[in-house]
Amino acid sequence: MTESISGQHPGAAADAAVARILAATVRPPAGAPRGVVVDSPPGAGKSTLVVRAARELVAAGERLMIVAQTNGQVDDLVGRLAEKAPELTIGRLHAADSRPGPEVLAHANVTPSDKVADLVEHDVVISTSAKWQWVRAEAPWRHAIVDEAYQMRSDALLAVARLFERALFVGDPGQLDPFTVVGTEQWAGLSYDPSGSAVVTLLAHNPQIEPHRLPVSWRLPASAAPLISRAFYPYTPFRSGTGPDDRRLAVAVRPDGSALDAVIDRAAEHGWALLELPARHTVRTDPQAVAAVAATVRRLLERGLTAHSEQGEGPLTADRIAVGTAHRDQAAAVRAALVAVGVPVDGAAGPAVTVDTANRLQGREYDVTVVLHPLSGRPDATAFHLETGRLCVLASRHRHACIVVARAGIAELLDEHPATEPVQLGVPVAFPDGWEANHQVLQHLSGHRVHLR
Amino acid sequence: MNVSTNVPLGGPAEPLAQRLAELRGPAPQRSLNARSLAALAANPGCHRRAVLDAAGVDKTALAARLGRPAPFGQSPFAIARGVIFESRLKADDYAALLEPLRAHLGLPAGDGAPLEVPDLLHRSGPAVRADRTAEALARAAAEPEAWTLLDHPMLRLEVAGSAAYLEPDALVVHGGRCTVVEIKSFPVLDGSADPAKVGAAARQAAVYVLALQQHAAAAAGRPLAADPYTEQRLPGSPRTSVLLVCPKDFGNRPTAVAVDVRRELATTRRQLSRMTDIGRLLAELPAGTDFDLAADQDGVPARTSEQLTAAVETMPAAYSPDCLSTCELGFHCRARARCDDRVEQLGRGVRGELGSIRTVSAALAAATGADGTDDAAERLAYAAALRAEALGVAVGAGVGAGASAEAGA
Amino acid sequence: MSLLTTLARLQAVRSGRAEPLATVRHRHLSDRPMVLVPLTAAGESGAPLAVMLGTDRDAPRLHLVPQPLNRTLRFDFLAELAADLLPYLESFAGDVEQIEGSEKDPETGEKTQVFRELCADAPQLIVPNGAGVRHLALIGRSTRFRRTVEDEEPGPYPAPARVPLLGRWLTHLTDRAQVPGSSLLLPMTGLLARHWATGQSHLEDQHLAALLAWHAPPPGLTGAQAAERAESARDGQGQLLHPPAGPATDPRFDEFVLAPAIARYDAAVAALQHSAEQRDEAAAERARTAVKDAVGQLEQVLAAVLLPTWRDVWHGLDLLRALPPAGHLEERWTGDRWSYTGHRDRLAAGEPPQPRQDDAVTAARKLAQREREQTRLDVQEALDDPLAMAEHRLAGEAFAGVVTEVVPDYDTTGRSPKPRPLVTLRTADRPHADLGREAHRVHGPSAQKAEIVAVDPAEGTVTLRVLSGMGRRKEPEPGSLPEPGESVTFTLFELTARQSAPLPEPDDTPWTHGGPPGGAPVPAVPSASEEWE
Repeated sequence: MTESISGQHPGAAADAAVARILAATVRPPAGAPRGVVVDSPPGAGKSTLVVRAARELVAAGERLMIVAQTNGQVDDLVGRLAEKAPELTIGRLHAADSRPGPEVLAHANVTPSDKVADLVEHDVVISTSAKWQWVRAEAPWRHAIVDEAYQMRSDALLAVARLFERALFVGDPGQLDPFTVVGTEQWAGLSYDPSGSAVVTLLAHNPQIEPHRLPVSWRLPASAAPLISRAFYPYTPFRSGTGPDDRRLAVAVRPDGSALDAVIDRAAEHGWALLELPARHTVRTDPQAVAAVAATVRRLLERGLTAHSEQGEGPLTADRIAVGTAHRDQAAAVRAALVAVGVPVDGAAGPAVTVDTANRLQGREYDVTVVLHPLSGRPDATAFHLETGRLCVLASRHRHACIVVARAGIAELLDEHPATEPVQLGVPVAFPDGWEANHQVLQHLSGHRVHLR
Repeated sequence: MNVSTNVPLGGPAEPLAQRLAELRGPAPQRSLNARSLAALAANPGCHRRAVLDAAGVDKTALAARLGRPAPFGQSPFAIARGVIFESRLKADDYAALLEPLRAHLGLPAGDGAPLEVPDLLHRSGPAVRADRTAEALARAAAEPEAWTLLDHPMLRLEVAGSAAYLEPDALVVHGGRCTVVEIKSFPVLDGSADPAKVGAAARQAAVYVLALQQHAAAAAGRPLAADPYTEQRLPGSPRTSVLLVCPKDFGNRPTAVAVDVRRELATTRRQLSRMTDIGRLLAELPAGTDFDLAADQDGVPARTSEQLTAAVETMPAAYSPDCLSTCELGFHCRARARCDDRVEQLGRGVRGELGSIRTVSAALAAATGADGTDDAAERLAYAAALRAEALGVAVGAGVGAGASAEAGA
Repeated sequence: MSLLTTLARLQAVRSGRAEPLATVRHRHLSDRPMVLVPLTAAGESGAPLAVMLGTDRDAPRLHLVPQPLNRTLRFDFLAELAADLLPYLESFAGDVEQIEGSEKDPETGEKTQVFRELCADAPQLIVPNGAGVRHLALIGRSTRFRRTVEDEEPGPYPAPARVPLLGRWLTHLTDRAQVPGSSLLLPMTGLLARHWATGQSHLEDQHLAALLAWHAPPPGLTGAQAAERAESARDGQGQLLHPPAGPATDPRFDEFVLAPAIARYDAAVAALQHSAEQRDEAAAERARTAVKDAVGQLEQVLAAVLLPTWRDVWHGLDLLRALPPAGHLEERWTGDRWSYTGHRDRLAAGEPPQPRQDDAVTAARKLAQREREQTRLDVQEALDDPLAMAEHRLAGEAFAGVVTEVVPDYDTTGRSPKPRPLVTLRTADRPHADLGREAHRVHGPSAQKAEIVAVDPAEGTVTLRVLSGMGRRKEPEPGSLPEPGESVTFTLFELTARQSAPLPEPDDTPWTHGGPPGGAPVPAVPSASEEWE
């Protein structure tokens, strides 16, 4: 497999994959399965594919519904569709108590409503799966696109599948799995385990569906794609769409000799850097680590970075930076710390740094990310902190560089982690194991370490 | 069901093996088997357990000498059930065992290719048996068309300078490759089984797979693949899916289920590579430390219980309540953790909330607001204030039986 | 585990006694609960050995299988258990109340008034621990499909008539036990652990006697010492002083007490058989006595290991009854009554036993129900118990404080101005109060929604704009707003569980989930000849 994706020019390989997917979606041969599944690694052009598929389906005389998983994802998609496909009429179906964001409604071709009857005549109707579940099936669409399908739970697909005849499912199998807080053991191993991923159920019941793959990440730079591919997608490798010289971060202000500046310079040069604090067991909201994250972000803004890429060049502004954490209280602490050092975090008031958990950063993209390592300062590693998807999301949001902030001692923590996971019969083993993935990333980062005292 | 013995490798004992033998004293070495090797993953952070296991000290006997015997045992009914199930599988030329394997392995039914069951010299010593198994495996792998069942083969795996001998229930060889078969007496009910038991079986089977992988690589003169997930396709090398044969539903009819053990294989490789680091832990022990459990002719033990307790104390333990069900010394270490006032006695997860606070006293002091400098302490004080408010008592007065009575009023 | 629970556990370590985790009782307790202590035969999943049960703490009844490997004896045991337990379960079916509701006519679409029966009370089973619940589920699974002597084709191993019915009830009760907050079947360890913290871990709390040891340690002992004694102290013969609460027995009991007693029974039965073959009436008479004695001895040894647990469960009930009931218990128990009534009706309608596995739609419905009930339980416990609300306050999801100021304000964007007053409160809590986030007033005169408009962490103040619950006039209804000086609590989560979205009928299962069940080949219901020996 590796040969076939590396032998070809990345653009050509990606174009060929997209052409195959569009043909299967828009012009399915007789007897073809009713679903098309596309596995997309981080930044492989999933949204672009959705926009193209929507345009082509509408051009072929179809109306379609799009299902996304969160309101944020729906608004992102609506914005992108409205901009790239101005010829489409777009209905934004929303819940009665959650109006879409103002930037979405600014587009002339977008109509919001909380009643589907107001929108059925539109070319495309977009909503969350939670909202679609309440729509009565009076006017079923022939076509649907399900975005972030791996994040969708099987029971949600069960509730919406009556609305369409055929569907294109796109998503990233390496991100966080859906979850529930109640007991579901009795369904473990069933093909339709309601708490499992919608795609897993779909493929189990429709074995004739061969998932397509998008083989090229346009987001991840050449410095990141090989590591992310190896650590998180060991059986479905992908490559970067850009070469080592296509992306460059230029730093205007000279380093002041501090560890923060050293880590920024390393990240600018290598695409990765690890800012390591002295080993110590801390609570989740480790004040020193949080302060280090905030200080790093502030220095990033102070030092006037410019991002050069195949798309041109632009200053690294606050809105091009994200901070990722494992827990919400960590995100809250970082936000407070950023406010304290004068970095904007409120998007409503102008360009601001995004601070969020891995769950909420799924599907988003920035130039530079600063990540508070999920295992930093922990006396113990839990399944939550080791979850492969969590680290994958955090380490694959950036176009240029990713700076990881962590306390020393993670390697030892991993070493001492008990490996006594229960095994459910019939549940396919998810690869890679969180331990191995964490270990690989850590090993790579250790080559770009800067100590903070 | 695993009879195995640890024997030092031929030639002069390696310094590591020698040091471990000194620790153990003249008592017979407790053999490392697949189950004990798999158990290494239960608490890899525990130096105490690592050293005692590597030295082959009989932890059951040690726990008894320390005054808190291990509570483990197996009911004679459970043992009988296991024996009956396995013997039923092997009756009539393995008819009942082969039945569920057919679907998984494509073994032809009835008069298809005859099944070879070579004699593996079960009455011989482990080294002879291991050599015999290796021969039989090589011969079977050389004939891709043939079906061969190796009943209780003997595998050799080098662990920290010693050879451990491992005995899987069976291997099926066909197409030049082999598949590990483990017989378990827990049932598969409506397609699912106790996940904890399946997990333990998978970790145990992974040890066999690793031994077979190493053997196949060595026989082919190739290094073991660096990536733990890679399935090396060498003559006689094992598949990374094993077959568990268990009673189906509530009966005695067997069913086979395939279990992918790649993840457990990676874990096992990791844990075994740590075993070679044992020298580092040994270096930290005071000179003259040993765990001699032997007694002289008059029954006078070589070491008093106090001496043994002191010797055990020289190795730091990583106690957590999980140890009570996985380690013979669990009750001993719990008593020590309680004596030392450590927060681990409440569970692994507790430490995550308490940051650098390690003792119950320190945590309770923090809860009264005595030490507001630390983030964990500050949160504890906040929690204590909320708790006191809800219970209607003053901060710091929430401790004691009085609180229980008041809350009930 | 939350930090508040950890704190309670730390306090218990220090005091040596269990410490409260609740100020009220969060689970319904029946006036007439059925306590049931099951034991299982080692080595075989779901094989019953004995059960002690009853609604009177002074009159436990014991049933046992003298030779657990013997299928006929096992059926005899199950028949006895059915005869004992089913009358209790069925005794709640007759007393009903009529609940008014409306139903849509499928043809005209018109809503018509209907009355549905709801049983006035429901049974409640209390077992010692979670493993006991799982054991009952296994018995339910192993018996509900069995054909009986009354079937047209009873098959080779017919079960006594009421055994499958017992299986269906046990299946229903164990399934319902998965619903958060339900109380038809409860494990005592779970009940105690919800209401008190011990100075040990959750794992150790699974041992009922060790858990209770923290409540009433013998004089001179700490909870930890008493618990360790309950776990491991043995008599001169090596038997545990306090047997485990089952369903698994202590291996040493099996080896040195149970196995000899069973062997004696087997020998007596063999002698009886032999004397019958020999037509030796005198020997048969002796053998019959020997069998009776052997059974008597088994009864004695099993009663001896069951009684301590039996007393422990009742002791636990005493402790729980001393707590005042939480405000929402009645509402949740009504859900249990509906569940009981529904099962009663399905049995009456002659529906087949619950399938081995849920179909896709049923599984999704159950998951939705459990998630909804979990949300409801969390909210209701927080409303009923300041200690539960403290968890949310600590997590930054709720805040309590004293109102410092109420400033009238109005929304004038509509045709008529609406009241949108600003309420400021001083709080020591640190909520995740992002501006614009919705907040909900706790224990107000009516449901009241507000929006966070200002937060001043330095001053410890939060200002909210009240959005609803003030009546329909231009000015807020008197008493609808908190007054300055009043203590109020707001949550950042909704105080009602949202309805679950509709799911298709099983017959409309979509192609993504394999189509309607039955369309694809599904494993047939296990036949009566399902091996069980």
